[in-house]
Amino acid sequence: MSVTLRIGRGTLNGLTYLGGLAQLGGRAAYYTVVAPFRGRPLRLDRAVHQAMAVGVEALPILSLITFFIGVILALQGAYELRKFGALHYVASAVAISMTRELGPLMTAIVVIGRSGSAFAAEIGTMKVTEEIDALETMALNPIQFLVTPKFLAMVFMMPCLTIWADFMGILGGSLFGVTSAGFTFPGYINATLDALYLRDIVSGLIKSVMFGMTITAVGCYEGFSTGAGAEQVGRSTTSAVVVSIFLVIAVDLLFTALFYFTGGK
Amino acid sequence: MPDATQPEPIISVRDLRVRYGEREILHGISFDVLRNETLVILGGSGSGKSTLLRTLVGLEKPSSGEIWIKGSNIAHISTSELNQIRMRLGMSFQGGALFGSMTVGENVALPLREHTQLEDSTIQIVVRLKLEQVGLAGFENYRPSQLSGGMKKRAAVARAMAMDPEMLFFDEPSAGLDPIIAAGIDNLIVKLKRAFRISIVIVTHELASAFLIADRMVLIDKGNIVAIGTRDAMRTSTHPRVRQFLDRIAEPEVGAEMDYLQMLTNDSPSEPR
Repeated sequence: MSVTLRIGRGTLNGLTYLGGLAQLGGRAAYYTVVAPFRGRPLRLDRAVHQAMAVGVEALPILSLITFFIGVILALQGAYELRKFGALHYVASAVAISMTRELGPLMTAIVVIGRSGSAFAAEIGTMKVTEEIDALETMALNPIQFLVTPKFLAMVFMMPCLTIWADFMGILGGSLFGVTSAGFTFPGYINATLDALYLRDIVSGLIKSVMFGMTITAVGCYEGFSTGAGAEQVGRSTTSAVVVSIFLVIAVDLLFTALFYFTGGK
Repeated sequence: MPDATQPEPIISVRDLRVRYGEREILHGISFDVLRNETLVILGGSGSGKSTLLRTLVGLEKPSSGEIWIKGSNIAHISTSELNQIRMRLGMSFQGGALFGSMTVGENVALPLREHTQLEDSTIQIVVRLKLEQVGLAGFENYRPSQLSGGMKKRAAVARAMAMDPEMLFFDEPSAGLDPIIAAGIDNLIVKLKRAFRISIVIVTHELASAFLIADRMVLIDKGNIVAIGTRDAMRTSTHPRVRQFLDRIAEPEVGAEMDYLQMLTNDSPSEPR
């Protein structure tokens, strides 16, 4: 196959994939936002159940990871800052990197690993065992039944998790700040609050909602496109993780650029 | 019971063709399912019988032809119209297809919860009733993973019966079960058939259960109907393909063996150096 043909095919496949994602996301959004007003009630109990799995159960690992990230950010920042004798800027460096970038991103990575993969595996297994077909023959819409609760749970839980991640990261930074940069703990928190604008936090939260939608769409889409056989479930799960990470980074780039060019001082 | 009253078809299939991509699976199939009869679709592996069943319940789209169910051609109706018809049918899948995240009782209750306005206490009663009918009384709080293969099939039948359907579809009801359990499922189907006014379509390759259950039979081979008739007509048929299937005569394999030999000699990698 010639190179141009390959590039063309690859581009076409990529666009088809994005189209499928957009379609799935659109239909999930329809059943979340529009359909409840047309007499198809939301499955709040399932959404709550999903929210527990996506959000609450992720807290321990997310806390640990973002705490470490906070310490790492402080160490890396301090490495450069101490050359200028500006070690007291460590607090603001950690606060801004955490809220604007690493809080939402690390949350997304943890959620992809815990939930994005689980969505693909769950729906993929249901596809293989004909449970999706069973839903359809019972006149139940698989997207409304399976995707909408996940969608709702993710859109709600991602910002919550991100806030927590921001907080834990700052706490991690304070460990370095208090032990090695001459801050008192209240002093570190004050320096953090002085450095942060509401805009920093909100831009991170907007990103996290976008990440949540991306992860749900990719996980469920991969699940639904599972072929026959158990090994296909493994394939779906793997590609749900890989594609989610890639698309989350792409969405991150898009929104970071957007915030940079629209948010000039 | 067959041919007792005027035969009124509840499902009419006309010149049905189904293809997966390039490959055509069903090459123009026509038959009727009469009201309250039990029709068994017989066929070997790969004959297209499962595809036929999936198409009848709207899981596959026909490439051409018509499927009339209760006066609607389901090949050309919207999803919401199709769902109206689906509320009147029940389907029991090969592996049961019970939802693993719910208990057996919740599985049976699901269509009732979603499609009816019944009180929760009423739904509980219906669930117990349906489970009792399939011999699973007292199992409503079990998970599907805690049930044996035969019990899963019974639970799937209870779920299919939940909405009191007019039509019941079975995909390989005895597949993967030992002869005793399979006979139990056969008896269950015969019991349902006697107890309820219901049309049943069963896809199977088990001859013994087919002759036990069926009012009429359709034999499908390579995507075409070979024969259709009452079970006695089938039993006495002289059609060579029917006889071959019923008498369980293996396909002559000489040609296949020659192909295999040729494949081995042609494609075998050259001697290792």
